[in-house]
Amino acid sequence: MNFETTIGLEVHVEMKTNSKAFSPSPVAYGAEVNANTNVIDWGYPGVLPQANKGAIEFGMRAALALNAEITSETHWDRKNYFYPDNPKAYQITEHDNPIGRNGYLEIEVNGETKRIGIRELHVEEDAGKNTHNPNGYSYVDLNRQGTPLIEIVSEADITSPDEAYAYLEALRQTIQFTGISDVKMEEGSMRVDANLSVRPIGQKEFGVKTELKNLNSFNYVRKGLEFEAKRQVQVLLGGGEIKQETRRYDEATGTTILMRVKEGAEDYRYFPEPDLAPLTIDDAWIAKVQAELPEGAKARRQRYVNELGIEAYDAEVITQTLEMSDFFDATVAAGADAKRTANYLMGDVNAYMNDKKVELQDTDLTPAHLAGMINLIEDGTISTKQAKKVFKAIMEGEEPVAYVEKNGLKQLSDPSILQPVIDGVLDANEQSIEDFKNGKDRAVGFLVGAIMKQTKGQANPNVVNELLMASLNAR
Amino acid sequence: MAETELTREEVRHVAGLAMLEFSDQELDYFKEQLDDIMNLIDVLNEVDTTDVPATFTVTENRNILRADEGINAEQKDELLARAPESENGLIKVPAIINESAGAK
Amino acid sequence: MNYFETDLTKLHNQLVNKEISSVELTKETITNIKATEPAVDAFITIAEEEALAQAKAIDQQGIDPNSLFSGIPVAIKDNILTKNILTTAGSKMLHNFKPIFDATVVEKLNNAGAVMVGKANMDEFAMGSTSKTSYYKMSKNAWDQTKVPGGSSGGSATAVAAGEVIASLGTDTGGSVRQPAAFNGIVGFKPTYGRVSRWGVIAFASSLDQVGHLTRTVRDNAAMLNVLAGFDYRDQTTSTREVPDFTANLNGDIKGMKIALPKEYLGQGVSAGVCETVLAAAKQFEALGATVEEVSLPHSKYGVAAYYIIGSAEASSNLQRFDGIRYGFRAQDVKNLNDLYIKTRSQGFGDEVKRRIMLGTFSLSAGSYDAFFKKAAQIRTLMIQDFDKVFNDYDLIIGPSAPSVAFGMDYKPEDPAELYMYDVLTIPANLAGLPAISVNAGFSEGLPVGLHIIGKAFAEDTVYRAAYAFEQTTQLFKQVPNLGGQN
Repeated sequence: MNFETTIGLEVHVEMKTNSKAFSPSPVAYGAEVNANTNVIDWGYPGVLPQANKGAIEFGMRAALALNAEITSETHWDRKNYFYPDNPKAYQITEHDNPIGRNGYLEIEVNGETKRIGIRELHVEEDAGKNTHNPNGYSYVDLNRQGTPLIEIVSEADITSPDEAYAYLEALRQTIQFTGISDVKMEEGSMRVDANLSVRPIGQKEFGVKTELKNLNSFNYVRKGLEFEAKRQVQVLLGGGEIKQETRRYDEATGTTILMRVKEGAEDYRYFPEPDLAPLTIDDAWIAKVQAELPEGAKARRQRYVNELGIEAYDAEVITQTLEMSDFFDATVAAGADAKRTANYLMGDVNAYMNDKKVELQDTDLTPAHLAGMINLIEDGTISTKQAKKVFKAIMEGEEPVAYVEKNGLKQLSDPSILQPVIDGVLDANEQSIEDFKNGKDRAVGFLVGAIMKQTKGQANPNVVNELLMASLNAR
Repeated sequence: MAETELTREEVRHVAGLAMLEFSDQELDYFKEQLDDIMNLIDVLNEVDTTDVPATFTVTENRNILRADEGINAEQKDELLARAPESENGLIKVPAIINESAGAK
Repeated sequence: MNYFETDLTKLHNQLVNKEISSVELTKETITNIKATEPAVDAFITIAEEEALAQAKAIDQQGIDPNSLFSGIPVAIKDNILTKNILTTAGSKMLHNFKPIFDATVVEKLNNAGAVMVGKANMDEFAMGSTSKTSYYKMSKNAWDQTKVPGGSSGGSATAVAAGEVIASLGTDTGGSVRQPAAFNGIVGFKPTYGRVSRWGVIAFASSLDQVGHLTRTVRDNAAMLNVLAGFDYRDQTTSTREVPDFTANLNGDIKGMKIALPKEYLGQGVSAGVCETVLAAAKQFEALGATVEEVSLPHSKYGVAAYYIIGSAEASSNLQRFDGIRYGFRAQDVKNLNDLYIKTRSQGFGDEVKRRIMLGTFSLSAGSYDAFFKKAAQIRTLMIQDFDKVFNDYDLIIGPSAPSVAFGMDYKPEDPAELYMYDVLTIPANLAGLPAISVNAGFSEGLPVGLHIIGKAFAEDTVYRAAYAFEQTTQLFKQVPNLGGQN
């Protein structure tokens, strides 16, 4: 019997607003424990949530980028459960009317494009963090409590672990290009839960699904789903039945391990949050957020190829990250040649980042400096050889024009300075002029060499060539 | 007698959701209390509410939102001082048995 | 001194004219409170030291001639946060809780120069209508110490009625300011939902709660709303509307005002004495040039049931934070986390609170939501529509504030539902979010009877105008209880 697999993914993305979803505490990764907390984050008696406009607008950005419909009338809901990292014992979320519905994402697997539906997107708050100590106690840090999340729930349109992988890649890039999150699995700013079921091909009803947790990289998602699909098929072929349960992916063994069997739905006693005003999202607000939404990766690639003449592969490389793509755009906007900019970013800049193990935004390079250097090359002020030195300098934050000036790296291009030098060299080399007239091209090379020597290599070879030929022909 | 009467098991289940525990005697007491209230509440079924919208808040406000500015209240020490148990800046609780990773 | 024969304006003038200092006034107030407390038990905490320090600071700055509350001692219900001063909400759960910040209403009173002399007793987490569910003490009615003061703001009401303070803050979720005001013959006011900030008020039911306040006279009450009202960014349900001067139109003129008297408010269960007193009040309004006509609010009888579902559901969620982990009471000798939750909550909450948590949790639980919580929220809509219809034609609605006068301390209804019926008259204003006041309308069986006046949303000024005109005609505020042995 052959089986087919059905996968649905629930992705939580932490949004990098300045402040928390319902309290003014700062949102920051890596702060001292409990330093970014206040009475609201601690669920103190008498506190009220203060909904953050930024969190809503970031949620709208995600919905728009994922082609979802924005819900015009919405309100917050409470999801009730007791846990030490959930101080109010309810999470404020959007249960009844999520901010976005009916979106989709296009993925490419084996050269084929497929559309994966996105059922809904909810803005909600994150929980704090518990750490467990073998001493019989657990410890709670509430820094993360209240960080805004966008929960993105896919339709069960994914039919293989490879598609799941492609979906997550596409989702990561799409979200990253909205500017709302760093979407880093390793820092927990992107978290994935997966549902998987199998059914004999031809069967209409879905099989019983299991939920996978502890998926800490896209690779583990793929591996976990592969294992789980095989496991379910084995169970069914062996005459067993699949139970609705939550399973944990074990990285060491590459298997999934039972966490708990689900006994019916958990009873979260959802109800509308009475402490917050409902929201009305009109077209003007959507238009404002749409205008603030950065251009997506796909649109950028098309623009790079069609308008800037960049190779398709190069455009792909430049749009790997939002930072690189933004940097490219800013450099071109500062007047630099697009192709040369692309080459520098993919070549020298990338090499520098790999060498120093830093991100682009952690270097001292600015788009203005890179454009400045590229323009010095384009207008002949410096040679590509001189540019090597200048590149090192701008990576350390030097301004290229001033650096070239200060270090005398400028090429000599001024005919009023070069002509007397050429005239002197010609006067001193009558034989070479003769040779030239007799068709011996090597003579030109000798003369250029002499001129370069006199100008200590700073003469612009193009200008020298032009002036020399004119002078030779005039003699 | 109430038309809606809860079983002892239902009362125990609700108590579990609310993180309350009752002795058998208390359970009987609360069951009786709840049944009485249920009786009172049964009158609501006299009213046909088909197509009546629900009112969950009477605020006239819409879109009252805070600007996204991070402010550190610097309340950490005062907060920790009021916690029954804390250690190294963390709130201390008896061992957690169930796992959770962030918001559900 | 007591506050029987004065009002805010008189006291303010004495302070401005330096006939008395805030420190002197505060000292005398505390002396009187200490003498009166054995009879009424209105306070959980008397903040003597803090009050004197506050008064001293105000004297040093000088009394603000533009702030009626400058240098005036007030009492605050114990579910309203006062920085570094014990705030228990009447519960064992918060027996050791000293807040880190002041509630917005406390901040506003502080800014107006008021002196906080103590925290008033109350039903645990404001759940009750007798103040008897307090973990700490039983407050007594100022007029008869064998009778309940009402609740849940019983301490706040008794403190004013017994002359301990001139004004106090309460909270009103289903009548918790107006009913004790009625039982104690004083003025108790619940503003429109959203008129006053709930920041720093320990929540009972978020969609119903409002801070209310209690005074001896209507003018003092309106003056206090001037201090308390206004948008607060920390409570996103507060209204952004302009706050008028609520004392501006208190001139006794209510000619042409159209008043509705719903027949449901004088129906079965309302005592004969209360009915007579309210009908006499209606005549009084007519004598003042208003019209009073009978109307119907057909869904009134469903109010109590809808209220208990909605209020308990919200409370069950609001009270989940009391878990022994971050503040307040924590049970000892627990085996693990679950045990900590269960033991802390089972030992920290009293029966009335547990009952509401149970009802609320049940109403929201899987399989019950539609039949209970949602049904109640739909009934709420019908009740609001009833009010809208009446307010198309009328300015105000009147009725009794309570179906009876204060009952005995030992009165024990066999059925908690019976006690709940005492909320039947006041609850609709909370469900609809409307402003409402209770003023003394006379006496029955020797105890005060409250007249209840409900206004349109944000028409507090109209409510005050009518209440003031009525009070000036009856002069009932001049009648004070005899507490015996008092100075």
